[in-house]
Amino acid sequence: MAYMYLSNLKPNEYGRIKGILQNGRVNKRLYELGLYKNAVVKVVKNDFGPLILNISGNKLALGRGLASQVLVEPYSNKN
Amino acid sequence: MAVIALAGNPNSGKTTVFNALTGSNQHIGNWPGVTVEKKEGKFKYNNKQYYVIDLPGTYSLGAYSEDEIVARDFILHGNSDVVINVVDSTNIERNLYLTTQLLEIGVKVVVALNMMDEAKQRNIEIDINALSEKLGVPVVATIASKNKGLDDLIEKAIKYAEDGESPKTKISYGEEIDKEIERIKSILDSSNSKYPNRWIAIKLLEGDEEIYKLVEKEFNLDKDSLSSIKEKAATYELEIVDKRYEFIKNIISTTVKKPSKEVETLTDKIDKIVTHKFWGIPIFAAIMFVIFQLTFVIGQDLLGGYVGEFVGFIGEKVVDFLTLINSPEWLKAFISEGIFGGIGTVFEFIPLIVVLYFLLGILEDSGYMARAAYVMDGLMRALGLHGKAFIPMIVGFGCNVPGIMATRTLDNKKDRMIALLINPFMSCGARLPIYLVFISAFFPEHGGLVLFLLYAFGIIMALIMGRLFSKYLFKEESSHFIMELPPYRLPIFKYVVRSMWDKVWDFLQRAGTIIFVVVSLLWILSVLPFGVEPYSQESILGRIGTVLAPIFKPAGFGTWQATVSLFAGIAAKEAVVAVLGMVYAGVTEGNELIAALQQVFTPLTAVSFLAMTLLYTPCAATLGTIKRETNSIKWTVFSALYTFAIGWIVAVIIYQVGSLLGF
Repeated sequence: MAYMYLSNLKPNEYGRIKGILQNGRVNKRLYELGLYKNAVVKVVKNDFGPLILNISGNKLALGRGLASQVLVEPYSNKN
Repeated sequence: MAVIALAGNPNSGKTTVFNALTGSNQHIGNWPGVTVEKKEGKFKYNNKQYYVIDLPGTYSLGAYSEDEIVARDFILHGNSDVVINVVDSTNIERNLYLTTQLLEIGVKVVVALNMMDEAKQRNIEIDINALSEKLGVPVVATIASKNKGLDDLIEKAIKYAEDGESPKTKISYGEEIDKEIERIKSILDSSNSKYPNRWIAIKLLEGDEEIYKLVEKEFNLDKDSLSSIKEKAATYELEIVDKRYEFIKNIISTTVKKPSKEVETLTDKIDKIVTHKFWGIPIFAAIMFVIFQLTFVIGQDLLGGYVGEFVGFIGEKVVDFLTLINSPEWLKAFISEGIFGGIGTVFEFIPLIVVLYFLLGILEDSGYMARAAYVMDGLMRALGLHGKAFIPMIVGFGCNVPGIMATRTLDNKKDRMIALLINPFMSCGARLPIYLVFISAFFPEHGGLVLFLLYAFGIIMALIMGRLFSKYLFKEESSHFIMELPPYRLPIFKYVVRSMWDKVWDFLQRAGTIIFVVVSLLWILSVLPFGVEPYSQESILGRIGTVLAPIFKPAGFGTWQATVSLFAGIAAKEAVVAVLGMVYAGVTEGNELIAALQQVFTPLTAVSFLAMTLLYTPCAATLGTIKRETNSIKWTVFSALYTFAIGWIVAVIIYQVGSLLGF
């Protein structure tokens, strides 16, 4: 399936992290907070301002600018 | 004496564990970055004293922000005999990330699986023995908020510190990186160092700048090999994080059982409302408004009067007693007008401060503050910052000193400097008595509203100045907004009261020390030289005030009394009211400060004076903190002067425009 940006996922959709198009320290911080490669995250809120993500039960607010640098593969949790 | 360090992620309940162990007055808030400096406490176990150090909550042992460096340096320099790693059981995967790094440093670690009750509620099952075996260190289940499991934790930690062996955990980072780690380690081993060399090697491959500096200083490693390691780090850095998570996943796949189906928690439901795109900010404003209104209703109407009467009553009795024992007139005057008229006035506001701190404490511990920061992100962004920078601002409502300390959690210099410089505009508890005196004198019907408007005005001024600073002074890029939203938790009454008492105690202490000194000094100046009418313009204080008063003429309060009180307020803000109480005690009956103010101020000049006190130069303690945190005299002086200028300009505009409009 094609990759897309995390910021384009709708609420209640899941994505598998495929990469972060940012360089520098923030990249690693995201990894450390659980947005590492192949981790699955759920978008809780995505309308205006920062996104709210659910990373294995833990909620994280993420600036929109940053979220539009995160590549994800849409992921269905229905299996 | 054995030293136990507490390490853990923000919101893992680390500070609750610390409080439960030491019974200390440490403050816990349900948001990232409460413990920004390490805190110390002591406790006794089996008749032996132990030190406990509460390190700042961190996600990693990198060098991402200053609080992380504080935690890491403490552990790295071997300052503790054992580290208790507090882990949030409901979020074990991410929490273990820090654990893996503690294990790699090679210090003795005891894992406290905290919040086991919440984990149970969410049907998370953890096999503690298996986990302990896999990690190679003791693991203990705890519920710190209910004081459960802590005896067991302490016993295991002490036993481990005394005769356990340090963990030998080795995480494999894949053949290529492992080889590289070994190669670097063997070079490092040739220098005689007190550091865990394998860990240093890994950090070098993670591209950790601080560790590069350390290695340059303490190891014999030439620049060329260092820069070649740095090149490799660029490719390995993220892979190392990945492998750590792989290691963790391997462990939890056999030890932790989580329900695969997610349920909507209460936190999710509340968040839907309070982080709503339209309602988020109005809800935040409404909550703050209710807090100020409640402060006013409970603090003033129900409790305020009694304390005032009580202080007056004691004052009378003391003066009667002094008359009885024939003490000199000057002493009687000092006690009745200086102490009871001045400092006593400050005490009258304690009920309000108690109520305000209590309510803010509930809000802090509930977890709502992170949401407030979230909804404020849009506004903060408009001024070149992001939502996380709002947290130090809210802390500043209590006191600007911890507010400024909390800016340490911001991870770039620009964000931090701006957040630090605008923090004094957040109105602290010490300024409350000033507002309340003037509200009682001029706006008794609208107390809560006026208070809310003052605090809101402080926020607005902070935002405006932040915008100007980011446009003209600090032009670098702002950092990204990443913030955890912790689950809502019912505040623990005991801890809310304790943290409130802490702040009230601090308030009382200041009244007994710095404000006492300031008031005493000014009292002496206000009755000298001998022979002048006390508290008159002819006194030394009156003359000094008269010389400076023209500064405030354009703002409408160019009296020597107001002038002197404002300058005294730079020592400590409560002194403004104390000095007004003292100098006006001479002209009116008893300590009827409010009646005196009604004669010399008008509602308009009261407003301009309030704006001045809200905005002008921060108190000495705050300036001292700014000096320490920026390590720069220049910025400290700047902060003292620009705030004064802003306060003055705003006060003048209010008075001049108000006069034109006929107020």
